[in-house]
Amino acid sequence: MQFRFEPRGERSRLWSVASPVLAIFVTIMATGLIFAVLGKPPLLAVYTFLVVPILNLAGLSALAVKAAPLIIMGVGLSLCYRANVWNIGAEGQFTLGAIAGGGVALAFANAPFWLLYPAVLLSGVAGGMAWAAITAILKTRFNANEILTSLMLTYVAQYGLIWLVTGPWRDPKGFGFPQTALFSASATTPVIVPNTGIHLGCLAAPFIALGIWLLLSRSVLGFQLRAVGLAPRAARFAGFSEVRLIWTAMLISGGLAGLAGIFEVTGPIGQLTTEISPGYGFTAIIVAFLGRLHPIGVIFAGLLLALSYLGGDAAQMNLGLPSAVTGIFQGILLFSLLGCDILILYRVKRIVPLKLPAGETA
Amino acid sequence: MSAPQDQTPLLKLIGITKQFPGCLANDHVDLTVGQHQIHALLGENGAGKSTLVKMIYGVMKPDAGEILWQGERVTIANPAFARRLGIGMVFQHFSLFEALTVVENIALGLNNKADRIGLADRIVEISTRYGLPLDPAASVHDLSVGERQRIEIVRCLLQNPKLLIMDEPTSVLTPQEAKKLFATLRRLATEGCSILYISHKLEEIRALCEAATIMRLGKVVAHCTPAAHSARELAELMISAKLKPNDFAPRPISDRPPRLILDRLTIRSNNQFGTDLTDISLDLAHGEIFGIAGIAGNGQSELMEALSGEIPSGKPEAIILDGIKIGHEGPNERRRLGGSFLPEERNGHGAIGGMSLSENGFLSGHVRGSLHRLGLIDRKRSFDFAQSIIHRFDVRTTGPAAEARALSGGNLQKFLVGREVLQAPGLLVINQPTWGVDAGSAAAIYQAIVQLAEAGTSIILISQDLDEIFLLCDRLAVIAGGRLSAPMRVADASIERIGLLMGGTAEAREVAHAVPV
Amino acid sequence: MIFLIVSFLVSMISASTPLLIAASGELIAEKSGVLNLGVEGMMLMGAIAAFATAHATGSTSLGMLAAIGAGMMMALLFAFLTLTLLANQIASGLALTIFGRGFSALLGAGYVGIAAPTLSKLNIPILSHLPVIGPILFHHDVLVYGSFVMIGAIWWFLNRTHAGLILRAVGDSHDAAHATGYPVLRIRYAATAFGGAMAGLAGAYLSLSYSPLWAQDMTAGRGWIALALVTFSAWRPLWLLFGAYLFGGIMFLSLYLQGMGVPIPAPFISALPYLATVIVLVLISRDRRRIRLNQPACLGKSFHAAA
Repeated sequence: MQFRFEPRGERSRLWSVASPVLAIFVTIMATGLIFAVLGKPPLLAVYTFLVVPILNLAGLSALAVKAAPLIIMGVGLSLCYRANVWNIGAEGQFTLGAIAGGGVALAFANAPFWLLYPAVLLSGVAGGMAWAAITAILKTRFNANEILTSLMLTYVAQYGLIWLVTGPWRDPKGFGFPQTALFSASATTPVIVPNTGIHLGCLAAPFIALGIWLLLSRSVLGFQLRAVGLAPRAARFAGFSEVRLIWTAMLISGGLAGLAGIFEVTGPIGQLTTEISPGYGFTAIIVAFLGRLHPIGVIFAGLLLALSYLGGDAAQMNLGLPSAVTGIFQGILLFSLLGCDILILYRVKRIVPLKLPAGETA
Repeated sequence: MSAPQDQTPLLKLIGITKQFPGCLANDHVDLTVGQHQIHALLGENGAGKSTLVKMIYGVMKPDAGEILWQGERVTIANPAFARRLGIGMVFQHFSLFEALTVVENIALGLNNKADRIGLADRIVEISTRYGLPLDPAASVHDLSVGERQRIEIVRCLLQNPKLLIMDEPTSVLTPQEAKKLFATLRRLATEGCSILYISHKLEEIRALCEAATIMRLGKVVAHCTPAAHSARELAELMISAKLKPNDFAPRPISDRPPRLILDRLTIRSNNQFGTDLTDISLDLAHGEIFGIAGIAGNGQSELMEALSGEIPSGKPEAIILDGIKIGHEGPNERRRLGGSFLPEERNGHGAIGGMSLSENGFLSGHVRGSLHRLGLIDRKRSFDFAQSIIHRFDVRTTGPAAEARALSGGNLQKFLVGREVLQAPGLLVINQPTWGVDAGSAAAIYQAIVQLAEAGTSIILISQDLDEIFLLCDRLAVIAGGRLSAPMRVADASIERIGLLMGGTAEAREVAHAVPV
Repeated sequence: MIFLIVSFLVSMISASTPLLIAASGELIAEKSGVLNLGVEGMMLMGAIAAFATAHATGSTSLGMLAAIGAGMMMALLFAFLTLTLLANQIASGLALTIFGRGFSALLGAGYVGIAAPTLSKLNIPILSHLPVIGPILFHHDVLVYGSFVMIGAIWWFLNRTHAGLILRAVGDSHDAAHATGYPVLRIRYAATAFGGAMAGLAGAYLSLSYSPLWAQDMTAGRGWIALALVTFSAWRPLWLLFGAYLFGGIMFLSLYLQGMGVPIPAPFISALPYLATVIVLVLISRDRRRIRLNQPACLGKSFHAAA
């Protein structure tokens, strides 16, 4: 029996929602299969990976802490991808946000909280924006492919961070470890639920998602971004400036990545080190897609992918699996999602054998 | 040429059926093409002609029915097999590769290695013999549309076809080029090649074809001899309803100062294979419909974009609207001053397929319709605007929330024309308003354009369809190679003169590419 | 001094070879209209497949075969998503890279810090004994020679064969190719698989010859640089050769400067190849018309035939 895909003619509302669910199901099956191949009981492994981490309050708060940067960045990226601007350098913008905000935090460590903390956050946002602006100017002015430049700049940002924390900003009292001094209390993101790690960033994330959703769906700017992404010629016809929209998309996503970065280093980490992100900027790409490039969907996607980090740790501790299973889970999830998305615009149709009499065939 | 087997038809289709999602494109179609015959396949847009010939050429597969080739049943699995049988096809939207040369393009259509040896020489030979000059080494993207069509014809002829399928071949030719093509086709028929000729142009079918099959909405409605019927009778077979005579009363000429002045407008195309505009000058009166004729690819889309502001001119004074210099302004400033525009390409230019009709209304209506406030979209007003277009122009759809891509070509075009017309513009520039649109929708669109002109709007109608221009326009000019001819009154214009102008610069360029005979 | 130059050039060749191999595969894929951003992931899978196989069997040839197989499997996964399921090529390529990084790290967890057989140098008789030229040109492993043969073969294939013409045609207009009767998807599957095979082989070169060991993320962005090289070359094989050696030179230079103890902080030098990639991309992309003229017109676009 053979099948083919046949265009539906318009989007299926059912499958817009059902496709991520199917994708998650496929991913769990495939991950279970990989666990089985690795000689682990698949059900137990999947349980360890996806359920064990959130069985207690500590796990749930860890989930919120991990999800915050993913959601904040994922929301920015979904806006960017809606506009057909392929910023894949959120990791670099995250790093620059951490560096810029961290620099202010270190330089004015004794300033009062009400003055220093907002300044730190703002410089974090500005740092992310500035790094994204390089990609934007290279694209709009010199037509350079943003995928490659934003990614290359991520490497550059990481080496920049290494240089700072091993060189000029290294904590003299840090026994030679590649890290800065701990940030002062005035530059620390406040914890909002006592005795958990849940900080201001976790609270901000859903509000940012809500804000970007309103921007995309209700504002003229959001309309312009969506229009230029779907049909650049139609956007030009409508009088929208593509250059301005590329800048807008890059600056918003860069600024949000910078914000995520500064929340992370002034919150859970508390200082700058060489390892400030386990690849959040890349995972945020998956978050954006899994969330259907829709800010509200991104919230759920961010939680799921945060879980994949915790699951990787749990699998390592309880089953002796390398934490790299996180990457595999993420990759398979994105594959399944992209694959299942065909059902939104196409339906599967069985090919009925031709009712032609047997004749010559080519 | 061949053994006398004229009793057996060359090609016979019995009960061919093809279902697409949501439409039955071919419903038990029967068709018989005799030996040496020039056979017309007639029908309006969407009648199912292209689908049918794609199945004959093996690009698509029928769901049911049988194909007899010289009396024997065949299953045409792919174009290579069709070519082996002796079927050649010239596509309406050419199947050419822009980045490749003429000889490479032709080589891609030849299955046998042996056929590709010494190909360049044979191209020159064939093209000379049939009066279709071609330079084998030229890159396709440098060639005019007429030259491109020749590549396809020569590619077919190189394989000594028994049946040549031509899909709307004259839509890209000047009247003079079309005459030459007819001569070539008649000669091919006498040499033993049958021709299946697809068109919706009735006069040329009456002049050229010995037999005709007429299709409507996927079904065959008649087999006939075209010369025995008047064009009007053929048209009525082709179109379901009785034709309303589409004669519009002449409009009075306004003596107010011109609404739009183009003064030596010069624009560089932003498409690498596009045509640059040179020194376009024009005065447009109030309430005038001005036609711009020409063959595809001579600068029409660039002129559209230059007028809409998508490609602004460096010189403000190159375009003057109601006395205001707007050459440097973008689309929205021009809309604010009363401009309104509709490009040829619906999907992805004039409209966005993945957006709702409400959003598509907003796309160009947001300036004049005040559809936004404080940076936010006024969703209620946008919805109402789309709703009013749907009512006024009888757009068949489920409502303003429907996605644009779910609409048929004719319905979407009615929506888009409505969107521009309801903005009550002072100037409307519209490119190919009825391209790929059914006759009913076309009549509604003509009506809307004329009513708008009667209300005082000045209209520039860019069209490759001369009938359309003669029907609607007061004056016209011809665009060729990015230059605009002197304007003339439609009443004084002759087809011959226009044809020469259409080919004007194209002719000069072709001489440069042509091979010495 | 001559010794220094010789060793510089020899090292430059080995730094350039993986870029050249990976980019030549991607060039073929892109010529057919497929933009596969998963080169990095395919290289990593090739690197671990080669290393693990060579370690288990003691044969570098089997290692290279395994790398080709691993790269191809990855590419076919990508092809299934983008060609059959019509998924977005950019997103799918990113997914392939993320998946390849994770999967190679998982497979390679037990191989960190151990040794495997390395590719032996093939000395070309007589020629390799020539002074200066001998060590520079005729004392390399099979993949270095192979990369030169490959780029020549690709040039010949694209410009002189009918099959190459068909490949270019599919990348230029899939609709026209379909209408003319060419199996667009099958050709693209093949081109993508070839791209994967070459990426895998490039990975094998890293883990069997260049490093030679297994380390997580050992490609360090080379897959992305290979992608940039294809754009840099404007899809022309001989320019690709030039570009690969230019970048190989820069990569080696950054290693060399660190070894020399130049008074520039090491992270700056390490960032050099990535900065250079950005700069070269900017220089090459400025001429929009040239890029658009050379770029396969259907690059990155999905094709669905109505049949």
